[in-house]
Amino acid sequence: MKEIIMSLLTVFGVLIAATTIAAGLIWLERRLLGLWQDRYGPNRVGPFGLLQVLADMIKIFSKEDWIPPFADKPVFIIAPAVIMFTVLMTFAVIPFTRAVHVVDMNIGLLFFLGMSSLGVYSVTLAGWASDSKYSLLGGLRAAAQMLSYEVYMGLSLMGVVMLSGSFNLREIVEAQKGLWFCIPQFLGFAVFLIAGVAETHRLPFDLPEAESELVAGFHSEYSGMKFGMFFVGEYLGITLISAMIATLFFGGWLGPVLPPIIWFLIKMFVFICFFILLRAALPRPRYDQLMSYGWKVLFPLSLLNLVVTGGILLAR
Amino acid sequence: MLSILRTLWTVLLHTFRKRATVLYPEEKPSIPPRWRGRIILSRGPDGAERCVACYLCAVACPVDCISLQATEDEHGRRYPEFFRINFSRCIFCGFCEEACPTYAIQLTPDFEMCEYNRQSLVYEKEDLLISGPGKYHDYDFYRVAGLAIGGKDKGQAENEEPPVDVRGLMP
Repeated sequence: MKEIIMSLLTVFGVLIAATTIAAGLIWLERRLLGLWQDRYGPNRVGPFGLLQVLADMIKIFSKEDWIPPFADKPVFIIAPAVIMFTVLMTFAVIPFTRAVHVVDMNIGLLFFLGMSSLGVYSVTLAGWASDSKYSLLGGLRAAAQMLSYEVYMGLSLMGVVMLSGSFNLREIVEAQKGLWFCIPQFLGFAVFLIAGVAETHRLPFDLPEAESELVAGFHSEYSGMKFGMFFVGEYLGITLISAMIATLFFGGWLGPVLPPIIWFLIKMFVFICFFILLRAALPRPRYDQLMSYGWKVLFPLSLLNLVVTGGILLAR
Repeated sequence: MLSILRTLWTVLLHTFRKRATVLYPEEKPSIPPRWRGRIILSRGPDGAERCVACYLCAVACPVDCISLQATEDEHGRRYPEFFRINFSRCIFCGFCEEACPTYAIQLTPDFEMCEYNRQSLVYEKEDLLISGPGKYHDYDFYRVAGLAIGGKDKGQAENEEPPVDVRGLMP
């Protein structure tokens, strides 16, 4: 009985923590963008503008939730739910500390890859169900971009799997006791980082929504809380990828002095800030540049990483 | 690739830059004295109204937001009976100030004149008239103009000679 209550507590704790962090990111992103563009960002509502999140929530809940008459209604409604579902599911396998995790799955890494692949359905279906040309173009781009970046994302992680000899995320972290994988697997880390940006379709790889050419891409037709779901889903995606980078390449909860969960959060936070820095600094590439960059640079690099890591491991 | 990293680094260095934003209600921006803001009617150095109700401002106004009615006092001096500016129409172009021959109407560096009620943006003469001479301290129209009004005859203005008797034979 006690175990059931404990695991339920962890489940809801992770759920609430993940959504809270994602909501807080709305504020953090605007403040950080402001900082890097030499202005302030929202600083009026509450201390440091923190209650801006609350104001935004009230606004988005009270907005008209409109479904266009030409849309494919059931799919239109399911699409935003899919992205929330897949991302939140993935949080289940992340080990926050040695003890705090929802499930200790022996194929945790594969589960993460699978769930992030399922996330493609969300944007593609949203683009398709909206029945508008901009949404469709956005959905198409999203499908091609995410499917291709999925490939190197998976391949770049195989080096980590070889070094740790496990798909279990907890064991991967424990294998980094001596040396964080970001050093022996630097190439894998770089590829994973870039693929992660593309996977969450964040700037500079936000071509599926590219507001300067496609209005808002796959969520052009969405309003109210359905749009909010995409929004929160995107921020959850950033949190997830940052957590995964921290887990896979930067030793997860490992670190001296401070308690493990603090170490995990610090590492995650640094990468979240890096994601926002990317948005503040870099322009969006052209779509063909994005695809050729993926297939002609990242794909060979991840293969090279795989071969070299495998060769070294065999030689030892 | 290197240029991308350099861009990232440059943007990161902006963390330590001073922010360009002026936090307005707490921190007032410095406004130049010739700023075209709220319109006022000024008084001369002796405290009398400068406005002679010539209608030039109302004519110059491109949005017709000024309305007034001229009248005369017992000395024959013209002044506006009412003077009304509708600030919900005013575009603060400053043409009225340029048109004014007596420096009566002036634009000031005050821009904080928001109202909840549209009607409160219509300023009457008592709202517009200030107690001082505004931007031009010593100017007094009747002291430089050759016009004869009660208390000042022809030839009594500043830098003015007494009138010449054109029918007299004396030089």
